Amino acid sequence: MSSLVLSDLSAGYGRVRVIEGLSMEAKGGETVALLGTNGNGKSTVMRCIMGLLTPSAGSIKAVIDGTAYELAGMSTEDIVSLGIVMVPEGRRLFPRLTVQENLTLGASRRLARKVLSRNMEFCFEAFPRLKERRSQLAGSMSGGEQQMLALGRALMTEPRILLVDEPSVGLAPLLVKRTIEKIKELKDERQLTVLMAEQNFHQALTIADRGYVIVHGQIVFAGNSAEELNNNELIQKFYMGL
Amino acid sequence: MLAKNRVREDAQDMLDPLPLLNAVAAGVMLGGFYAAVALGIAIAFGLLDIPNLSHPAFVVAGAFTTWQLNSRLGLDPVAAGVVMVPLFFLLGLLIYRLYHVCFERRGEASLQGLAFFFGLLFITEVALVLAAGADYRSVTAPYIGTSLSFAGITLPERMLVPFVVSLAMIALLHQFLLRSFTGRAIQAVSQDQTALRLMGVGPTRIKSLAFGLATATAAIAGSLLIIVQPVEPSIGRDFIGRAFAAVVLGGMGSFYGMLLASIILGITESIISDMWNPSWAPAIAFGFLLPTLAFRSSGLLGRRL
Amino acid sequence: MSNAAFAALMAALVVVLWLAGRLVSNEYVFFAGYAVLQYILLATAWNLLGGYAGYVNFGSAAFFALGAYLSVALHKLVEAPLPVLILAGGLASGALGLVMGYLTLKLRGVFFSIATLALAIVFQAVITNWEFVGGASGAYVLRPAEGPWGGSYVEYLFYVMMVMAAAAVALARIIERSNIGYGLAAIRDDELAAETSGVPTLRLKVLATVLSGALMGMAGAPLPFYVAYLDPPSAFNLSYAVNTIAMPLVGGTRTWIGPVIGAVLLTAVQETAMVTISSASNLLLVGLLMVAFITLAPNGIVGLVADLRRRR
Repeated sequence: MSSLVLSDLSAGYGRVRVIEGLSMEAKGGETVALLGTNGNGKSTVMRCIMGLLTPSAGSIKAVIDGTAYELAGMSTEDIVSLGIVMVPEGRRLFPRLTVQENLTLGASRRLARKVLSRNMEFCFEAFPRLKERRSQLAGSMSGGEQQMLALGRALMTEPRILLVDEPSVGLAPLLVKRTIEKIKELKDERQLTVLMAEQNFHQALTIADRGYVIVHGQIVFAGNSAEELNNNELIQKFYMGL
Repeated sequence: MLAKNRVREDAQDMLDPLPLLNAVAAGVMLGGFYAAVALGIAIAFGLLDIPNLSHPAFVVAGAFTTWQLNSRLGLDPVAAGVVMVPLFFLLGLLIYRLYHVCFERRGEASLQGLAFFFGLLFITEVALVLAAGADYRSVTAPYIGTSLSFAGITLPERMLVPFVVSLAMIALLHQFLLRSFTGRAIQAVSQDQTALRLMGVGPTRIKSLAFGLATATAAIAGSLLIIVQPVEPSIGRDFIGRAFAAVVLGGMGSFYGMLLASIILGITESIISDMWNPSWAPAIAFGFLLPTLAFRSSGLLGRRL
Repeated sequence: MSNAAFAALMAALVVVLWLAGRLVSNEYVFFAGYAVLQYILLATAWNLLGGYAGYVNFGSAAFFALGAYLSVALHKLVEAPLPVLILAGGLASGALGLVMGYLTLKLRGVFFSIATLALAIVFQAVITNWEFVGGASGAYVLRPAEGPWGGSYVEYLFYVMMVMAAAAVALARIIERSNIGYGLAAIRDDELAAETSGVPTLRLKVLATVLSGALMGMAGAPLPFYVAYLDPPSAFNLSYAVNTIAMPLVGGTRTWIGPVIGAVLLTAVQETAMVTISSASNLLLVGLLMVAFITLAPNGIVGLVADLRRRR
């Protein structure tokens, strides 16, 4: 099982500090939700973990199949090659390549290439719609289909830790529900550790084991169960206007 | 009786399609060759958004190296071009690294980057003049000077061979882009660089490879150039317009669009040269380019600019 | 220093240099001086669009040659005096800039640049086929023996070019410090942001193109008298295009003084190289210097000096 521990993390863009002294973790096999409204730092946390942004202080430790790694300062390519994969905000598919080509590109790292055909089959089973549209250009698909493709593509990279950044954005409520359910399914099947940043508090809690609430770049509440999060006053004030 | 026959003969001459057909055939072969030159721009500018103005100068440099290998070692021109491919590939890698470090990373790819490539164009041309003189050079090969003909249409082999080689090169690279991992990554890097990083692929590495490939095509295009016509250092400039026009008109990411546009360009140049005035030929390409930019920026087969 | 004071300084400089010129009898001084001043004018003109707005014009030769060939044509027709020819060249090239601008400035920067390259090539083809101005074989222009105040005609040309160069530099400085200059700088830094902030980007770019083109046309108008024989390969010589770009880039593109420094420096370098190494090597040197500065010192000599000052 693989786990992720962030300690005292600080990061920003230029002189703007976005996150400050942030600590959180995702233990093996868990689904951890990172909750908060837009602009509070969720995506910044994700980008730091993936090496798209270099933190100014703090550490990000990942344990993959028993070996520990310090992610802060590593290049994105090296982080991905460890099996830490992100489904980015806005999907970021390759619009002029087909579904199949997008999936194949997902399997670019060496380990993933070895199991490419096995993973491709798995993807098509998990997402039969993708199999139907395997030769369709990714850019011409609907929002829901694109989200499926983005998830599938991440799976092709043979992840151990899966980061999902705002999976509900731009999707109709029914599709959001399905997408979130799918993430849980995949997590169980592939024994992943999942960290999910999500604005849609309700939906996120349907699959989260634990969760953190982030406001202005700091963790203001760490809930050890979905119930705890549900019952928390702060959250009720924020999300339900109570 | 005699007068009537003569009138009928004159009428037949006017309707005789042969000169036109010959011009079109020559144009098709010329266009196919132009595509070989434009291929490097199709990759560097069409796929990677790098405005490599110096590519035609590299093609001319390739022509000169072919001339040397042909005149000193008797090597067949096309073979000479192939031999130079690895060297040109390395040159491309180096140039891209320099461009990336100095311009792409700083985000100032516009003014300075363009001036950089213009400087390279100029330096290459002047270096060729200093190294090989300003005279016209040509190569010898068994197929230069002979022609095939059928149905009254003459196909000079010195046009036919480059046409065939060019098509082969384009088809080969197209298949590479479609079927190999690196090829697909090259397509992807122009669509979403960050997403590619998230797949564990380094965009800079992919772009260097692509730019290296683009420069490598100059080695072959150069060998074809000197088969088609004698070469002197400054003729690269005539090709800037043709190459960019072909890529823009054909649609930025599309090889076959570029090929189609090149052939249309070749036919137009050929007809205007034959029937009117050859000194207008290099300007025709721009005549295509400017309206395309103004009105139909997605070109014939490709994506929007 | 205010704009008025600077303009007065320039005017004073021109008068002083004219007086000094009257004392010189060596023709070579005027010949060489004309070349330097011509490049100061060309570099300053190019920089209005290239340095201030960030749009690279590769077709300076077209605007320059238009001024030159219009002079040839007008001179053949009506034997007009030089100031009239200069005015005509300025108007014609300014108009060309206007047309070019409206057609191409709505495109991305790189396509504008390619279009300017196109313009130069097409225009060269047009001139080469135009028999009235000599076509491919060129035209001879008879240089009058004397200038209007008794000195040689070359001295007169030198003086005229000096006045134009001084005026252009003063104009560049005025623009740089005006709202127009700030608008152009905004376009250079981030055109989209400038556009959305309400900067009239197209209008400013076209203005810069018209001014730039007009000045280049004025620079070209006296050329036929200077060289006495004009043909397309020399009027459209690549070295004009390269020098016009290299000089601001080496000197520094962000202010009016960069093109001046670049023009003086590169002209000196080329003259020295032509005499000491060979006559073709000077072009290679310019190209190498340009690329070296672009990659290592993108803000030119002015930028280097500013960096040194800051570090102290």
